[in-house]
Amino acid sequence: MSAPTTYRQPISRLWWTKKRTYFLFVMRELSSVFVAWFAVFLMVMLIAIGRSEAAYQSFLNWAALPVVVIVNLVALAFLVLHTVTWFALTPQAMEVRIGGRKVARVKMVRVAGKTVPAATVVRIGGRRVPPGMVIASQYAGLIVVSAFITWLVLR
Amino acid sequence: MTKPRLEPLLWLLFSGGGVIAAVFLPVLVVLFGLAIPLGWVRPDYDHLHAVLSYWLTRLVVLGLLVLLLFHWAHRFRYTLHDGLQLRRLEAPLAALCYGGAVVGSVAALLIVLTL
Repeated sequence: MSAPTTYRQPISRLWWTKKRTYFLFVMRELSSVFVAWFAVFLMVMLIAIGRSEAAYQSFLNWAALPVVVIVNLVALAFLVLHTVTWFALTPQAMEVRIGGRKVARVKMVRVAGKTVPAATVVRIGGRRVPPGMVIASQYAGLIVVSAFITWLVLR
Repeated sequence: MTKPRLEPLLWLLFSGGGVIAAVFLPVLVVLFGLAIPLGWVRPDYDHLHAVLSYWLTRLVVLGLLVLLLFHWAHRFRYTLHDGLQLRRLEAPLAALCYGGAVVGSVAALLIVLTL
């Protein structure tokens, strides 16, 4: 038996800089780094709050350092990109069938190493819910959650 | 490659964390990352401490942190894997990412318990 001789063209490590859509795809996937950053940031804050008022104050002094503020500004940009792209993908990647039938899969999208069917249709009571409505309802959820957290923290 | 049976669970954690990140993180970054440190708003310490030490808040915060960490682990694993073409490092990368999320989750649990 001979070894497989199929030629696999090597892919450059910088393949994602070659096209705008590839670049945006990688930026979207990179948003996870800022998800992790902010989870750690929150944990440091929680440790400080759990300790004492003085510890919380020194956390605030650290968080107000220009470099930390800049990282958080960049994080905000990436997290907004995550929110927008995630909401846009949801009606595509989701498969909700309430009183409906299975729907033809039109195209595939790739998220975090997994290829998922796109253009899946959400049906409620057999009626098709337009993807725009799915996206809009997510933004409504975002607004409600944001308002609630702001109220909880600042009241 | 992690055990094939684990993969759907990891993808579930990834997508759960993705929803949480999309819905919760923008407002949390604006509040705790910018507005409060820069002094635009100043909730007092006792109020923050009281809100955060309530059992339901602790439970929600723990759930959020765990999902966010696993979201990061799964997505970052594939960012390195596909983005940098590091296919040969598949096993160590997976161990590093999910291991990091596990360590972070244990830390989150301990932090939430001491609030």
